Amino acid sequence: MTGKNDESLDQFIGAAGDALGLKIDPAWKPAVRTHLQATLQHGAMVAAFALPDDAEPAPVFEA
Amino acid sequence: MDWASASDIAAAVARGQSAYSVVEAALERIATRNPLLNAFTATVADRARVRARAIDDARAAGKPLGPLAGVPFAVKNLFDIEGLPTLAGSKINRDHAPAARDSPLIERLEAAGAVLVGALNMGEYAYDFTGENVHEGPSRNPHDTTRMTGGSSGGSGGAVAGGLVPLALGSDTNGSIRVPSSFCGIFGLKPTYGRLSRARTFPFVGSFDHLGPFARTAKDLALAYDAMQGHDPDDPVCADRPAEPAAPSLDRGAERLRIAVAGGYFRKGAFPEAREAVDRVAKALNVQREIEIPEAERARSAAYVITATEGAALHLDRLRSRANDFDPAVRDRLIAGAMVPAAMVVQAQKFRRWYRARVLELFKDVDVILAPATPCTAPAIGQQTFMLDGVETPLRPNIGIYTQPISFIGLPVVAVPLPLQPLPIGVQVIAAPWREDVALRVAHALEQAGVAAAPRPVF
Repeated sequence: MTGKNDESLDQFIGAAGDALGLKIDPAWKPAVRTHLQATLQHGAMVAAFALPDDAEPAPVFEA
Repeated sequence: MDWASASDIAAAVARGQSAYSVVEAALERIATRNPLLNAFTATVADRARVRARAIDDARAAGKPLGPLAGVPFAVKNLFDIEGLPTLAGSKINRDHAPAARDSPLIERLEAAGAVLVGALNMGEYAYDFTGENVHEGPSRNPHDTTRMTGGSSGGSGGAVAGGLVPLALGSDTNGSIRVPSSFCGIFGLKPTYGRLSRARTFPFVGSFDHLGPFARTAKDLALAYDAMQGHDPDDPVCADRPAEPAAPSLDRGAERLRIAVAGGYFRKGAFPEAREAVDRVAKALNVQREIEIPEAERARSAAYVITATEGAALHLDRLRSRANDFDPAVRDRLIAGAMVPAAMVVQAQKFRRWYRARVLELFKDVDVILAPATPCTAPAIGQQTFMLDGVETPLRPNIGIYTQPISFIGLPVVAVPLPLQPLPIGVQVIAAPWREDVALRVAHALEQAGVAAAPRPVF
């Protein structure tokens, strides 16, 4: 069974796959969804940490 | 010389032991034990014999020998070896042309007298903590061949712990040297980010990729590490700083160092054996102090996001053209990584700078931080989940919960093995950036005190 969130993530995976030119076998989708959910949760945890607007990313390019 | 350390082998060769016979014996051990351990994916026997003869000829001619003379070693198969395609654990790379030249770390070890004998199994494209590989079969833990070596440098762990070679090289992006060191019960060094050249190796996540050695003694780690140091313009990340040899200060002991145990996040989730290992090390070093590495859990999350997305970017074209040739477990993670919003990645890199500054503050008060290397001892091959803090959790992505917040900011770490029964487990000895010498000193002191040791497996 997939819930509403799963369905919306599946739609996102389908659209993103099209945009990226990836052919995603329907059989792979549950695993892709699980991994994407986990990564988005980690990303949300990072995003929830307030940083000042002028915070520099770690890699700094030198011309 | 079956279980001899690299330094003992080099000393014996300097005294007159034939390097050829040492290398031949290593090749025989590989032939005998590799069908069980599945650590090697290729051997380079002819090349090794030629090189070993050259060392014997040099000694006969009275020429000076290097500090690793006659020491057989092997490398994770993401290192370029002249004449072989660089597999990086994949099926897809089997179609690559053979490498034209060895990676610089192989060249530097061989310049010190070591002898390359082969290439080692690894998790596909290094996106792995298990040491399993669907194309080659799993590397197997020498202490219990039904169990994982840990990954992704699984063959490196198995080859050294199994006594096939005394020295191996691997890579560590999120824990891939420290995890197999822990599960296989050997010493592993993940140097400071930017210390050792990564040129002519197959990458995974440029932001976090490190290379380093595995051995059965801290002294061997130091000898190999010293031989590999030095700037290399072929790796833009490799720091332009002079070599800072660690071996000369190895015997200085740990008494005058300020050492603390990492609390909070690094205590949460650890199995009793992981806690026991840290407690034993802390007791041996007379450490009572506990410190909190701030936001370590968030650091792990940020490492997770950057890994998923950089890994996906690296492999996107292959995912388009050859998706069915990937290990499905790796492919599905990479596909997901390609779909993560860019804003999250940028935020993760901003957080990385913030976190680095906080952790560097800690190193004003301490020289060394101790933490578990893995939450548990080696799980069974094929195991999918484990109980983390009372919750059934997917195993594969979570073996590195304690290693990821450390490599995220490139700190040098020696994983030291505690010979617990029935299986060994490792402890991370973490030092400030560019202080590998301090971490190696502590590892050596623990070994001298009889607390850390690479247990010899029974075959």
